[in-house]
Amino acid sequence: MNPLTRFVFELQEISVLIWRSFVSLFSQPRYVGEWIKQMDLIGVGSLPIVLLTGFFTGGVLVLQTFPTLQYYSIQNESGRSVATSLIRELGPVLSALMVSGRIGSAIAAELGSMVVSQQIDAMRAFGTDPNRKLVSPRLIALILMLPLLTVAADIFGLMGGAIVANQLYSQDISVFVNSARNGIQVEDIIGGVIKPIFFGLVIGSVACHKGLTTTGGTVGVGRATTDAVVIASIWVIIFDFFLSKALQYVLDVGPM
Amino acid sequence: MVEDLQEKPFMADGSEVITDFEEPINDRNRIAPVIEFRDVHLAFDEKVILDGVSFSVRRGETKLILGRSGGGKSTTIRLILGLLKPDSGQILIDGEDITNYSEEEMMPVRQKIGMVFQEGALFDSISVYENVAYRLREQNVDEEEIEHEVRRMLRFVDLEDAIDKMPAELSGGMRRRVGIARALVGDPEIVLYDEPTAGLDPPTARTICELAIKLRDLQDVSSIFVTHEMNNVGYLSSEYAIINESGEVVFEKEGERLCLINTEVIMLRDGKVMFNGTDEQLRSSQDPYIHNFVYGKN
Repeated sequence: MNPLTRFVFELQEISVLIWRSFVSLFSQPRYVGEWIKQMDLIGVGSLPIVLLTGFFTGGVLVLQTFPTLQYYSIQNESGRSVATSLIRELGPVLSALMVSGRIGSAIAAELGSMVVSQQIDAMRAFGTDPNRKLVSPRLIALILMLPLLTVAADIFGLMGGAIVANQLYSQDISVFVNSARNGIQVEDIIGGVIKPIFFGLVIGSVACHKGLTTTGGTVGVGRATTDAVVIASIWVIIFDFFLSKALQYVLDVGPM
Repeated sequence: MVEDLQEKPFMADGSEVITDFEEPINDRNRIAPVIEFRDVHLAFDEKVILDGVSFSVRRGETKLILGRSGGGKSTTIRLILGLLKPDSGQILIDGEDITNYSEEEMMPVRQKIGMVFQEGALFDSISVYENVAYRLREQNVDEEEIEHEVRRMLRFVDLEDAIDKMPAELSGGMRRRVGIARALVGDPEIVLYDEPTAGLDPPTARTICELAIKLRDLQDVSSIFVTHEMNNVGYLSSEYAIINESGEVVFEKEGERLCLINTEVIMLRDGKVMFNGTDEQLRSSQDPYIHNFVYGKN
């Protein structure tokens, strides 16, 4: 199969997977217990790494931009610059990348080993639709949890920024907070929450698809896991660009 | 199943074992095939897996499918479960043409079938109890009945002690037996075995074969037993299980009192059925390929 045909084929498979999972939400059985378990694993489980990422990203942003802002004597606007870049861009993208590394790989590895040890076949043979039981709960958990994780990352990022500005550049916390509050629009926050919904869908569907189409034993599981993380990460970044453009258009968020 | 052991076994001729047998052997029900393949073809890309395979399995009969690895044996079983669809030809289960059934339409058909997977294929995130209970849970059976049923099945495979263990704590042979217990929940009329003894030591393999013999002779289960091990063929096609005077299950060799006619052998080669008959015919075959397979040398 040439690469283009392959790409279109996989795109079709992933679309079918998403569609089936979506349709399965409207009929019994729903495995709500499984949804909650996945939300716990994905949401609560990823909280520490996402918070750490957010905190240090906010910190390093101030660390790197403060001298430049100072050069133009607008160091009082450091809060604005951190808030805008975090909430619009870095919060959603970095959280999504962290989650795709942690959860995308876990999903692909788990489903992949279930395929190679015939557990998926067994499930089907016993009358369970793997889409319903395995894919839907993971997609739902990612779509609901990633926005929440992103918001948490944003908040910790601002905290990190404030601490660095205060401790290393002796800026008053209130100056930082005020400039951050003035800098953020409601549209920024809405945009920053809409993005991770799509990222969650991308990560979940790519990882589930890669896991469920694993072939070739344990080596195949390794390959599926790597593919899932790499492909999900790349798509997050590509999607980010187009989503940003679309959100600029829809929400009318222009350049600063 | 343990309680049902009083039910009389299905045997070949009219010895005393079957004098009060309820169904006569030439019952129409018994002649109509439970599983039937009609000229089934299947290929993955260029690779031909099945090339015009036809055979049938009658009620209470066991068909042993032999062949080299990668010869389409497991594929045959996956086709019966509807996990794969053939490129052409027909597959009938209980006279019902399932060839073009959708996933939803397959569900009631799959409930009649118990499947024993190669390595057991237990769900390793849940306990032995939950594994065996899986099918009943999906059908929303109440907890009390589930527990009763799970214990009954685990007793049948002699693993009641392992009920709370996780699959990872079990040995290979135990995993297969749990796999068998799981397949038997709901008393399926058809049981499919996909190389259930591969990689097991001879006594454990023998235990698995005995379970299959018990199901065949005491429960009247129809089955397909995929294997490439000749000793399995020996056990299944020359021994039968009966209940002796003191109510215990005993295994006897055919020939002394009875002759077994409910077990036949099919041999697949390059996607074609190259042999279909009894084990005696198989062993005396002059075909070099079969001779090589049976005796491991020419």
